[in-house]
Amino acid sequence: MPYTADKPERPPTGEELRARIPGWGADLDPKDRPAVPRERFDPGASGAHWDFPERQEEKWPRERSIEHKILPPVFGTSCPPKGISGPLRQFAYRRYSEGRAAHWLLLIVADRVDAWESHLRSFLTLRPDNPVTESGVLSEFSRHGISSRFGRRRTDVKHQWMDPVIVGGPWVLAGGAAVAVLRAVRRRRRA
Amino acid sequence: MRAMVYRGPYKVRVEEKDVPPIEHPNDAIVRVTLAAICGSDLHLYHGMMPDTRVGMTFGHEFIGVVEQVGPSVRNLQPGDRVMVPFNIYCGSCYFCARGLYSNCHNVNPNATAVGGIYGYSHTCGGYDGGQAEYVRVPFADVGPSLIPDWMDDEDALLLTDALPTGYFGAQLGDISEGDTVVVFGAGPVGLFAAKSAWFMGAGRVIVIDHLEYRLEKARTFAHAETYNFTEYDDIVVHLKKATGYLGADVAIDAVGAEADGNFLQHVLAAKIKLQGGSPVALNWAIDSVRKGGTVSVMGAYGPIFSAVKFGDALNKGLTLRMNQCPVKRQWPRLFEHIRNGYLKPSDIVTHRIPLEHIAEGYHMFSAKLDNCIKPVIVPGAG
Ligand SMILES: NC(=O)c1ccc[n+]([C@@H]2O[C@H](COP(=O)([O-])OP(=O)(O)OC[C@H]3O[C@@H](n4cnc5c(N)ncnc54)[C@H](O)[C@@H]3O)[C@@H](O)[C@H]2O)c1
Ligand SMILES: [Zn+2]
Ligand SMILES: [Zn+2]
Repeated sequence: MPYTADKPERPPTGEELRARIPGWGADLDPKDRPAVPRERFDPGASGAHWDFPERQEEKWPRERSIEHKILPPVFGTSCPPKGISGPLRQFAYRRYSEGRAAHWLLLIVADRVDAWESHLRSFLTLRPDNPVTESGVLSEFSRHGISSRFGRRRTDVKHQWMDPVIVGGPWVLAGGAAVAVLRAVRRRRRA
Repeated sequence: MRAMVYRGPYKVRVEEKDVPPIEHPNDAIVRVTLAAICGSDLHLYHGMMPDTRVGMTFGHEFIGVVEQVGPSVRNLQPGDRVMVPFNIYCGSCYFCARGLYSNCHNVNPNATAVGGIYGYSHTCGGYDGGQAEYVRVPFADVGPSLIPDWMDDEDALLLTDALPTGYFGAQLGDISEGDTVVVFGAGPVGLFAAKSAWFMGAGRVIVIDHLEYRLEKARTFAHAETYNFTEYDDIVVHLKKATGYLGADVAIDAVGAEADGNFLQHVLAAKIKLQGGSPVALNWAIDSVRKGGTVSVMGAYGPIFSAVKFGDALNKGLTLRMNQCPVKRQWPRLFEHIRNGYLKPSDIVTHRIPLEHIAEGYHMFSAKLDNCIKPVIVPGAG
């Protein structure tokens, strides 16, 4: 009991554990642990043969945190800002530091805008978004959706029902709105 | 080339994309032979990570063959079989010089608080990832290593993230001989953390989850004692009882931002996105560890605030330790452990999925169907 000085339970001895568990105690000595100490000044250890890396070409104005003094020499070039979400993202970077909630909340809003403008744009292409194939929901049949979930004391089934609503809901609404508009147009033509 | 592409929350598809070009003299282009989906990818997939753009290719766990190298690359040549740490890092900045490879300052314009990670949103640098046929690997002389001849491909794949992260998590716990260690989460990271806790000399290793099939794996693969938190009214009280009311010496959070067990916390974080992450498991760790104990956080959280029980941590005099794992630092020692037969990383792989079917793979892993623990992605297959 913690109410007296000794540990409440005596752990098994090293011998017992070593016999039962392969590798038990191999890293007992902290000196054998590669993450100890956390910081080890050894610039030669990494394989870098430069003091400061050569700079990658900046092909478009790369958005960057205002907590950076310079544009770092190397960066990703996936998905440049575009559409309505692009300026939103650029504003979040230009105006707010990483310390501000507004920075991150604006980026999250831009993510949602990006998703919807991309869905809309996809309808102008030969490959429109398809929420059924893209959500992988068909694997419910091949991967035992029902028996994987029920009678197993899983707690995530309490909120998993929201997923199809989150994914499919807006599509249903958008589809409904499109039908309503079409109908209204047709009615007006007839009248 | 064929590549997985994000199309918005819960939606991905495979598209035809250009093979990535060399953009920096120390780049390599790697043809991916195996990739994996990580628990971290689920945070992107669920739209929780700010600045995750439609069109990005995810994937930070991959191995492959060098296809092309930039003019300043010395250590690799086309044809080399390489394993690539999930961290992108320069090797020479203030942080890299001190071994903090996951905290590099030269690879991520978008955030100073975060290093570079393959295929992990613009918040982690805006790099496309390895769930594709080809991937750009910056700083080819720093990150990748040749896959040793004796190593199996799937073991090499798991060494790019899940295994070193679990091993690192156990090290941050500062485990002493005989310590009681409780690991929250029996996913790949938690399983490897539990297994590694024994290497550090733990006297007792307890794993908590709500997925029975994963707890079964924790018992067989990691020799752990397990509890399903849905069977207890209050898992913190149960852990106190199980440790003679002392609490564990060390607690490891291997769950992260989407922790279950508290409906409101989960919905606020994972559905409405008003928290950086649901800190249910982290709070359980804080409350179930003993006073003066250590909490090691491997679970990932987004950059927005989370409702963490800081007062308890203060009053209990806890040490909180955490980081993204600096993968390559863990390799030499882990290579030895694998060679000595202490563990077989690929024991946790449950599914092998062709890249073309990756949308189903994401859904299955996210919804935890078909007893999935670790899905491996195979480009170029069926
Ligand atoms: N720090 C790093 O370098 C690093 C690297 C890789 C992964 N990660 C993070 O580690 C975490 C785990 O990754 P993974 O691949 O194992 O993911 P995973 O999703 O497969 O595993 C998470 C497990 O936690 C369980 N869980 C949910 N709520 C729980 C709770 N309240 N208590 C106990 N268990 C609970 C889930 O059922 C699941 O089995 C993720 O957050 C991931 O982002 C961090
Ligand atoms: Zn990962
Ligand atoms: Zn660096």
